Amino acid sequence: MKYKLIAEIASSLLFARWRQSLVAAVGVMFSITMFIALLGFMNGLNDMLDGLVLNRTPHVRLFNEIKPNPNQPIDRSPDFNTGHNFIQSIKSSGGRLEIYNSAAIVTTVSADPRVKGLAPKITAPVLYNAGSIDITGVVSGIDVVAENKLFSFADYVTSGNTLDLKNVPNSIVLGIGVAQKLLAQIGDVIQITTAKGDQLSLKVVGIFESGVKDLDKVQSYASIATAQKLLDQSNTYITDLQINLKDLKMAPQVAKEYARLFDCDAEDIQTANAQFETGTFIRTLISYVVGITLLIVAGFGIYNILNMMIYEKMDTIAILKATGFSGRDVRNIFLGIALSIGIVGGASGLLFGFLLSVAIEHVPFNTAALPLVTHYPVNYDPFYYFVGLTFALVTTYLAGLFPALKASKVDPVIIIRGK
Amino acid sequence: MADIVLQAKKINKYFNDPVRVEVLNEIDFAIQQGEFVAITGKSGCGKSTLLYILSTMDTDYEGELWIDGEIMRDKTEAQLAHIRNEKIGFVFQFHYLLNEFSVLKNVMLPGLKLGKLSEAEVEHRAMEHLTKLDIQSLALKKANQLSGGEKQRVAIARALINDPIIIMGDEPTGNLDKKNSDIVFDIFKQLSTEAKQTLLIVTHDQSFANNTNRIIEMEDGRVISS
Repeated sequence: MKYKLIAEIASSLLFARWRQSLVAAVGVMFSITMFIALLGFMNGLNDMLDGLVLNRTPHVRLFNEIKPNPNQPIDRSPDFNTGHNFIQSIKSSGGRLEIYNSAAIVTTVSADPRVKGLAPKITAPVLYNAGSIDITGVVSGIDVVAENKLFSFADYVTSGNTLDLKNVPNSIVLGIGVAQKLLAQIGDVIQITTAKGDQLSLKVVGIFESGVKDLDKVQSYASIATAQKLLDQSNTYITDLQINLKDLKMAPQVAKEYARLFDCDAEDIQTANAQFETGTFIRTLISYVVGITLLIVAGFGIYNILNMMIYEKMDTIAILKATGFSGRDVRNIFLGIALSIGIVGGASGLLFGFLLSVAIEHVPFNTAALPLVTHYPVNYDPFYYFVGLTFALVTTYLAGLFPALKASKVDPVIIIRGK
Repeated sequence: MADIVLQAKKINKYFNDPVRVEVLNEIDFAIQQGEFVAITGKSGCGKSTLLYILSTMDTDYEGELWIDGEIMRDKTEAQLAHIRNEKIGFVFQFHYLLNEFSVLKNVMLPGLKLGKLSEAEVEHRAMEHLTKLDIQSLALKKANQLSGGEKQRVAIARALINDPIIIMGDEPTGNLDKKNSDIVFDIFKQLSTEAKQTLLIVTHDQSFANNTNRIIEMEDGRVISS
């Protein structure tokens, strides 16, 4: 009952000055619109740029690195373990890049509840033969189904079907740079020479474009079985095990654990791509700062308008107080006005922000580096909408609070006798 | 004692800005139920200041104020607002209606604030008061479309809406022409005689004061006759 009356008075005051109220609401609306559109756009770009690298980077990668053995024989001898041994001309050992006992590792890792999925990989250095010219390159043997699931491999294959890689024996997906040098098209058969000197004919079933030019000039993909054949290895041979986790933040811990457990090298995504995380963080920070600045400016607009309204309505406030409305009631009336402006402005801001995001998404955006992107990317995360509305309400509440407190302290005596 | 509606006991008031000046000195009187009292005095004698203290709007004073058997000291701002709402009706010199609302709504607002009756009942009562004051035809007009005399009658209707134990007026006829002054005075007189309404009116209009039951005359912050 009491709140109904307060609301009624607030709405009367609001509509008595509807132009001012509208201006204030439009101010809030504009800032929320820009906040939503800006964050959506910025984060859309962020996601795309991160996707360029992060999508194709496993959260944890298991592999064997060629490096000097840390346990040199002299350290194991009881005769020489009292001091520090200086050894010169140590050579790297362990020429085998293979992950030992890979089948057991795959079983163990698959059973780990933290793991979302894993994809084996073989890296084989090759030479592409184009007539008398050899082009150096790398063929990665992959499990197409797992690769599609974890790293959206199919997204980067611009022509051809990725599943052919699995279904057609001795097939290859060429990087676009390689394909251009070899003048190869889908259906053609190309020659490659392996590191051991064997020659092999492979059928081109797809063209791959990652957006990273240098990568596209060397990289090609084949099935695991084809790659094993290229390297003349058995069907248990894999050089890399790519693991994606349910929670990306767990990667460093899991990597450490697996390195110890499986006695191999393990690299986590945070270490491999530290600079991307920093970039993402900074970009997000900038968009929040800009968005919140817009809101604060809108807040000052509301503050001004309410302040003016209070000066204009001094008589009204005085008479309300004289006839029995307490300071609290007066404060609630003006807070009600501020929050109505905030809610209306905020809600329409969300709507217009969404529409603006849709508009941005329809602007064509073509770049050679990103073959799959035809329009500007936009992120529609509901979280930004939630933050936008929350901030709209908080700023309008604060912007309304100070004038409202001032109004609640108006001394009716001064105004009534002041005339 | 039960009949005393309002009592001032040794009320002193000072203005401290820029120097300490005594505005009210030892104001001491009581108003009985049903009295029609006028406070008169020259400009600046403190009669308006006294009225604002008596109306609970000004709380910065020394002494005691009793309204309806309750002491006003140590009450919170919200409690005082409630007392003004329930027990005191106001009529000011400058009408002070809320221009955003219709005449009817203006009259209803204190009643809605009190919240003792439903909205329909408050509206019914408001219409009764407007009819009694012969301005029922204006009920749906906006407050700023009324003439001064009409506004003052609406203000009286508003003062009556919660059946206050006392109606206070600050120069209610001060801004009106002779004809409208007479109408307003007649309304007060009628309220006093017919409804036994207690009235406390500050005025410097001697003819107005002479027609009331009792005159409290003030000079230089003191009551010189009551």
